[in-house]
Amino acid sequence: MSEQKKPKRRDFLFTASYAIGAVGVGAAVWPLVDQMNPDKSVKALASTEVDVSSLEPGKSITVLWRGKPVFIKRRTEEEISEARAVKMDDLIHPEKDEDRAKNPEWLVMIGVCTHLGCVPLGDKGDYNGWFCPCHGSHYDTSGRIRKGPAPTNLEVPKYKFINNNIIKIG
Amino acid sequence: MSDHNYVPSSKLGKWFNDRLPLLSLSAHLSEYPTPKNLNYWWTFGGILTFCLVAQIITGIVLAMHYVAHVDLAFASVEHIMRDVNYGWLLRYFHANGASMFFLAVYIHIFRSLYYGSYKSPREVIWIIGMIIYFLMMMTAFMGYVLPWGQMSFWAATVITNLFSAVPFVGESITNWLWGGFAVDNPTLTRFYALHYLLPFLIFGLVILHIWALHVPGNNNPIGIELKKPSKDTVPFHPYIVIKDLFALLLFLIVFAFFVFYAPNILGHADNYIEANPMVTPNHIVPEWYLLPFYAILRSVPDKLFGVIAMFASIFVLVILPWLDTSKVKSAIFRPIYKQFYWILVIDVLILGYMGAMPAEGTYLLIARVATTYYFLHFLIILPILGKKEKTLPIPLSITDPVMGVSPNPDMVKKKEIYN
Repeated sequence: MSEQKKPKRRDFLFTASYAIGAVGVGAAVWPLVDQMNPDKSVKALASTEVDVSSLEPGKSITVLWRGKPVFIKRRTEEEISEARAVKMDDLIHPEKDEDRAKNPEWLVMIGVCTHLGCVPLGDKGDYNGWFCPCHGSHYDTSGRIRKGPAPTNLEVPKYKFINNNIIKIG
Repeated sequence: MSDHNYVPSSKLGKWFNDRLPLLSLSAHLSEYPTPKNLNYWWTFGGILTFCLVAQIITGIVLAMHYVAHVDLAFASVEHIMRDVNYGWLLRYFHANGASMFFLAVYIHIFRSLYYGSYKSPREVIWIIGMIIYFLMMMTAFMGYVLPWGQMSFWAATVITNLFSAVPFVGESITNWLWGGFAVDNPTLTRFYALHYLLPFLIFGLVILHIWALHVPGNNNPIGIELKKPSKDTVPFHPYIVIKDLFALLLFLIVFAFFVFYAPNILGHADNYIEANPMVTPNHIVPEWYLLPFYAILRSVPDKLFGVIAMFASIFVLVILPWLDTSKVKSAIFRPIYKQFYWILVIDVLILGYMGAMPAEGTYLLIARVATTYYFLHFLIILPILGKKEKTLPIPLSITDPVMGVSPNPDMVKKKEIYN
């Protein structure tokens, strides 16, 4: 009996064969899986430059970045003060407006509701910000979730001002 | 197929198996008695199954990136080559996979011809195989059209124009095939749909091919019918499974050589030029695996009869089980047939070479001689040879000659009379 417990030459050969076989199958399957990931032409479109010089205060534009809408809003003084006056305790997902809009006049965020991906409507809802028509999420003038099923604030993408007129998103 | 009664050991297994006997099927496949003298020429069935499955998988993946539209098809193939993750690998695997598939199928067919595997009681296996082969050629041709290069376009034009040879309704047929008055977008989209469909038909036929095989069991190098199971057979698993896997491994080395080191050697450079309906390339030839048929087509100086000869060259293979009148299967025991077999192999290779050469002068003459001989082999030589040839004594079992037992002279005599 004790002899059987000891691994034999054949056990080693079986294990080694299966191990090499598994590596080979894995290497063959990976390209079939990876081909569905974003390809080089998609990644090449990772940044978008937007000219915002014609935007009046209180107006917003929606641009496409990586296939998603991005809201660029030039906020009025009232909207900024309203956003900054909110107490952190009242927020579902506490974030300071100062952190979300480095330049307070400009709010840039991805226009995709964090609930299930619909595009919220501007200047709507109980908090004068955005309202998602799909399942009734209300966002304030800083794009923060205040009421409804969405779990987090509208996401702020990586962006920077190249000069006074042009924003580069991505 | 139901020559054994498999009972699953577990209760759940039995419950399931009574309702859908998948476990019985898998037991049958595993125990399936196989002649113990099968050589490596018999491993190409498994290799072909691999080729089909690999083509279907890589094909489905390529379809996720390809666009079937005359303005976008060519660019989408370049997109696959440059942008898609591992797209170059998938496309080269699929394109060279077609060549490897045909390489394996030709070896598989010529193995059948040598060992007489198409003869009674395996005629239906053979005919299903020939239908698969024909569908393979259609699938390969339509796949070749999809990249919408110059060769794609002109291959589509030439092959569809074959049907214009049909008397009276030829033009209506070609217009119907094209969905217009020339090869154009409607042609491309329907070829794409059919190129996606046909492999699944082939897959279904492969299942029938294997099912039909499992009724009489495998032929074998000495071509005698065996008692199954017996000392002349071994179970399919693990004996044949391991042997097939080893052969597949060797085959994949050749496959990998083409994919990684010579991915375009079997193609034509002209197919990297986008299709242009205004200019035909100077010298257009089909892919290598269709060349013998192309040579037959061109060697007949009449349009209609050229097309008929080409289709007839495949049809003579379908009726081969009745053209070969010899009851002895394996060429090992047919000394004269063996010589004609090799002449046929050379003849087909010559046809292939002539198909790649311009159809003029000496080339055309040689192609005509080779075409004539091709039909002579199947329609005249085989029927007569089967009746006249003096065959060698056939062993009564696989084990006898191996064990050094000479065949019983009386029995051999009887067998010859019987044959």
